[in-house]
Amino acid sequence: MKIHVHTRVNGEATEFLCAPDRSLLEILRDELQLTGTKEGCSTGDCGACSVMLDGRLVCSCLVLAPEVEGRSIETIEGVAKGDQIHVLQRKFLEHAALQCGICTPGFIIAAKALLERNPDPSEEETRYWLAGNLCRCTGYDKIIHAVLDAAADLRGETR
Amino acid sequence: MSDKPKGDQPASDRKWKYIGTRPIRHDGLDKVTGRAQFGADYALPGMLWGKVLRSPHAHARIRGIDVSAALALDGVKAVITGRDFPDVASEAAEGGEGANDFGDLAMNVIAREKALYHGHAVAAVAATTAKIAEEACKRIVVDYEVLKPVLSLDAALAANAPILHESARATGHEPLPKGPSNVASRREMGRGDIAKGFSDADVVVEREFRTPMVHQGYIEPHAVLARTGQDGRSVVWCCTQGAFMVRAYSAKVLGLSTDMIKVIPTEIGGGFGGKTTVYGEPLAILLSRKAGRPVKFVMSREEVFRASGPTSGTHIRVKMGATRDGKLTAAEAVLYYEAGAFKGSPVGAAMMTVFAPYKLANVRIEGWDVVLNKPKVAAYRAPGAPMAALVVETVMDELAEKLGLDPIDLRLENAVHEGVQATYGPKFRAIGFVETLRAAKSHPHYKAPLGVNQGRGVACGFWFNAGMSSSANVSINEDGSAVVVTGNPDIGGSRASLALMAAEELGIPVENVRPVVADTEAIGYTDLTGGSRVTFATGMAVIEAARDVVRQLRARAAQIWSVELDAVAWEDGRALLLSEAPGVHEPLSLAQLAGRAAQTGGPLVGRAALNARGAGPGFATHLCDVEVDRETGAVTVLRYTAVQDAGKAIHPSYVEGQYQGGVAQGIGWALNEEYIFDENGAMENAGFLDYRMPVASDLPMIDTVIVEVPNPMHPYGVRGVGETPIVPPLAAVANAVQRAARVKLSELPISPPRLLEAIDRAV
Amino acid sequence: MARVFFSSGLRRLVGGAESVEIDARDVRELLRALDAKYPGFASRIGDANAIAIDGEIIPHGEALLERLRPDSEVHFLPQIGGG
Repeated sequence: MKIHVHTRVNGEATEFLCAPDRSLLEILRDELQLTGTKEGCSTGDCGACSVMLDGRLVCSCLVLAPEVEGRSIETIEGVAKGDQIHVLQRKFLEHAALQCGICTPGFIIAAKALLERNPDPSEEETRYWLAGNLCRCTGYDKIIHAVLDAAADLRGETR
Repeated sequence: MSDKPKGDQPASDRKWKYIGTRPIRHDGLDKVTGRAQFGADYALPGMLWGKVLRSPHAHARIRGIDVSAALALDGVKAVITGRDFPDVASEAAEGGEGANDFGDLAMNVIAREKALYHGHAVAAVAATTAKIAEEACKRIVVDYEVLKPVLSLDAALAANAPILHESARATGHEPLPKGPSNVASRREMGRGDIAKGFSDADVVVEREFRTPMVHQGYIEPHAVLARTGQDGRSVVWCCTQGAFMVRAYSAKVLGLSTDMIKVIPTEIGGGFGGKTTVYGEPLAILLSRKAGRPVKFVMSREEVFRASGPTSGTHIRVKMGATRDGKLTAAEAVLYYEAGAFKGSPVGAAMMTVFAPYKLANVRIEGWDVVLNKPKVAAYRAPGAPMAALVVETVMDELAEKLGLDPIDLRLENAVHEGVQATYGPKFRAIGFVETLRAAKSHPHYKAPLGVNQGRGVACGFWFNAGMSSSANVSINEDGSAVVVTGNPDIGGSRASLALMAAEELGIPVENVRPVVADTEAIGYTDLTGGSRVTFATGMAVIEAARDVVRQLRARAAQIWSVELDAVAWEDGRALLLSEAPGVHEPLSLAQLAGRAAQTGGPLVGRAALNARGAGPGFATHLCDVEVDRETGAVTVLRYTAVQDAGKAIHPSYVEGQYQGGVAQGIGWALNEEYIFDENGAMENAGFLDYRMPVASDLPMIDTVIVEVPNPMHPYGVRGVGETPIVPPLAAVANAVQRAARVKLSELPISPPRLLEAIDRAV
Repeated sequence: MARVFFSSGLRRLVGGAESVEIDARDVRELLRALDAKYPGFASRIGDANAIAIDGEIIPHGEALLERLRPDSEVHFLPQIGGG
C-alpha cells in the first residue's frame, strides 16, 4: 500500500507515492529525478547523500521517505540560485577541491550547514564537522581550504 | 613577423602560456551543482532493475541451480546463471593492462562449476522493481556442496590444503609444486652474487611484514545501465576507467563481437584501478537481451566490498646489507601475494618495484602468486608496489639507525639516476629521484622539532607509469573555438590538462577549448584511464592532433596569401608571414581562418592515434610525523609532506591533488584499513563504518612539492603522477610510528590493538 | 647485435648465461633466434610477459615488430598492470 507524501523540495511543493520502507534518498533519485544527491553506502557512513531536512543536516539514506510529510528539504540542486552559484561552489572550483566529484554535493551541503551555524570555524572544527563526509580522491586538504576560504569570503574577509 | 615554427624545444627552455596555470575545470560547474551524471544517475523508459544472487559460501561446488520459482514471480522478466554464458578459453586479456585472463574473468563474472569466494555471483535477475528482483533472488534454489575454504596464504600453501582449481598447474620458474596446488606462479629475478654481497656487508637487516587485503574505497559503487535493441546491439552506460575495455571484456565474456556493444562512459566516482575490469556489465547486457528491456544494475556498498576487486594481502620478507659508510651491497626479497579466487596478483610488478630506487649489483627477488577463497584481486593504484615498498623502506630505516646515518643520506648514497641499470633490468633514462630526496631534505618539515612520543618517518617510492594507445581529435568550430575529443574517462581532472595542452598548441585561451570524453563509437580505440597514462599518452595524442590542426591552419593561410607553407608560422593563435617571405599580410587569427574554412578546403579537424612510447618513471620521497598515544595505541598524523617528480605539471592543482589523494589512501592502509574475514570466509566489515578509511578529522593538511625533471620523451616533459603517491606512505607512517613508539612492527594495519601489543612486546 | 639480458629466473633456459648477443632486426626474429639457439625457449617464456627494449617496457604481444638497433638492450620482464 503506497503512501502519498506532500513535501517541499528546494522551495517547491512536491508530492510522490512511495512504499513505507523506501528511503528519502531513493525517492529523491528514482522518483523525483534529483540525482545530484548520491548513494555511496546507504548505511549513513559516507555522507554522499547529505541533504538538509527542515534546516538540519541529515543522511537521506537514513530518512524514511514518508517522514518528510509536511517538511522542507534542500538538496544540492537548490544551492545555486539560478545562474548564481553559492560561494562554496565557487571556492570548490577555485581550490580544485574535487577530483572525481562524487562526494562534492554531499560536502557542499554539509559545509553550507556548518557555515550557517558557525561563520568562523577553525580548521579543526571544520574537519570534525565534515568527518561524516568521505572523500577518497583528495585527502581533504583542498576541501578544507575551500570551506575556510568560503567562510572568510562570507565574513567579508580574505584568507 | 616570426622565425621558424616552435616545434619541440626542450621542455625546460620553453616559455609556457597556459601550461602550469590553474584554470577552472570544464566539467566543474556540473559537478558542484549536482548536474554531472555518474553511473547510477541514468534511467530509461521501461527500465528493469537487476539484482545478483551471490554465494553464501567461500568455497563450494555448484551442483545445480533451480530458477523456476524466481521466473514465476510476477514482475520478473529474466533470470540468468552461468549456464547462459559461453565457455571462455584461457587467454591473456589485453586492454586492461597486465595479468588478466579472459577465462578467469568469465568465471568471476558469474560462477560455473564452483563458487570460489563469499559473494561470488551465482545468478542474476531483472525485474520491474528492485524489491521484486531481490525477492526473486531469494527464490532461486542453489544446490551447493560446501567445501573447506582456504583463507590465508599459509593455509593456501600448506600441505593437503583444499585446492581451488584442481586442473591448474603452477607456472613460472622452477622449483614449482608438481600436481594440483594453490600456487598460480612462482618467479625469480636477480643478478650478481647474493652470498658474497651479504658477506661484504658490515650490517645486515632482515624484516618481515604481513599486510591485509584492502579496497580501493571509491565512493561510487559500480553501476551499469544496458539496453539491447531489436538488432541485438547493446548500448551500455557505466562508470568505468575504460569504455573500450568494457566493450572488449563484455564481448569476450558474452561471446559477442565487439561491434555488438557500444559503451558510453559516464562520469566516474573514483576507480583507482578497481574499475579497470567488468563485474555487472556482462550481466546487465545479457539480462537486457533476454528481457528485451533496459536493465540497470547498481552494486550496494556491501557488494562492492565482497564482490569487486580489492588488492592482495601479502607476506613479504626483505633482507638488505650495507657497508659501514652506507653503501648497499646486497638485497633479497621473498614476496607472497594473494591473487584471490583466480590467478593474477600484482606480484610481478612488486618484484620489479621492490628495489627499483636503489643501485644494487647483487639482488635476488622471488615472487609467489597464490590463489585462495577471497575475491579476485584487481588493480589498486601502483598495484603491488606499496606493500613491497613498506618492507624495503622499513629495512632502510633500520639500516640508517644502525649505521648512525641520516635516513635521507642513506638513500642519497644509493639512489638510482640516469644510466643506472634498474634492479629489474633496463637502464634508467632521465629520472628525478635524487631531486626528490634533496628537496625533502631541505624542506622545513625535515628540520621541524619533534616532541615526546612523536616520530618522523621517511620513505621513497617508484612507479613505472604507462604509455599505451590513445586517439584524439581536435576540431575547430566556426567561431575559432576548439573541441578536443578523447576516450579517457576523467577520474582526476585530466580533461582540464588535455584542454591546456590543446590551448598551448593552438594558442587560444583554455576557456575556448572544450574537452569531451567520447564513447566507443565516437573516437578511435583508446586504452583505459589508469597506469598514470592519460596526461602522458593521451596528452601526447592531443598535442599531435593539435599540431595537425595547426599545420592545416598554416596551409589555409598560405593559400589565402598565395605563399609556400613554410613561409607561414603559427604563434599565439595566429598565422604569421615569416619576415623573409614576399609581400605584407596582416596575421590571421584562428577565428578568422575558421570562418573561412569552407572557402579554403573544408572543415579543420586534426587527428592523432598513437601507441605512446617513452613513459617516464615517477619517484617520490615522503616525510611523515606522527604522535603515538602509548595508552590507547592511537596514532595521530601530525604533518605530512609529499615530494614527487612530475616531469612537467600541466595543471598543478590536479598534480597536487594526486599526491594528496594517494597519501590519504596510504595512511588509511597503514593505520586502519583491512578486510576482516570470519572462519567461513565472509567479510565481517563490509561497510564504511568498520572498513575504516580516513576522514577529514584524521588528517592534517598534506603539503606537496612538485619536482620537475622533464621526461625527454614527451613534448612537454610530462611524467605520469597518479600512482607513485600511494607507494611511500605505508612505510612513511610505519617508520614514523616505529620511531615514535620505539617498537618494531611486522603487520599492517597499525591499528590501536596491534600497536599496543607491539609496545608491550618492546617494554 | 642486440644484447639480451637474462634475470636469474630465466638463466636455466639459456644454459646459465647472464646475457647473449643475438643478430635480429626485430623482436620476432630475436625470439626465433633464441628458440633456435635454446630449443623450447619460446614456449617456456610464453607471451604473458613484457619486453624492455632500450628501457621501453612493452607488453609481449605489442613488442613483436619492434625494430632493434645494432646495440639494443633487451630484457624479459613480468607483466605489469596499472591502476
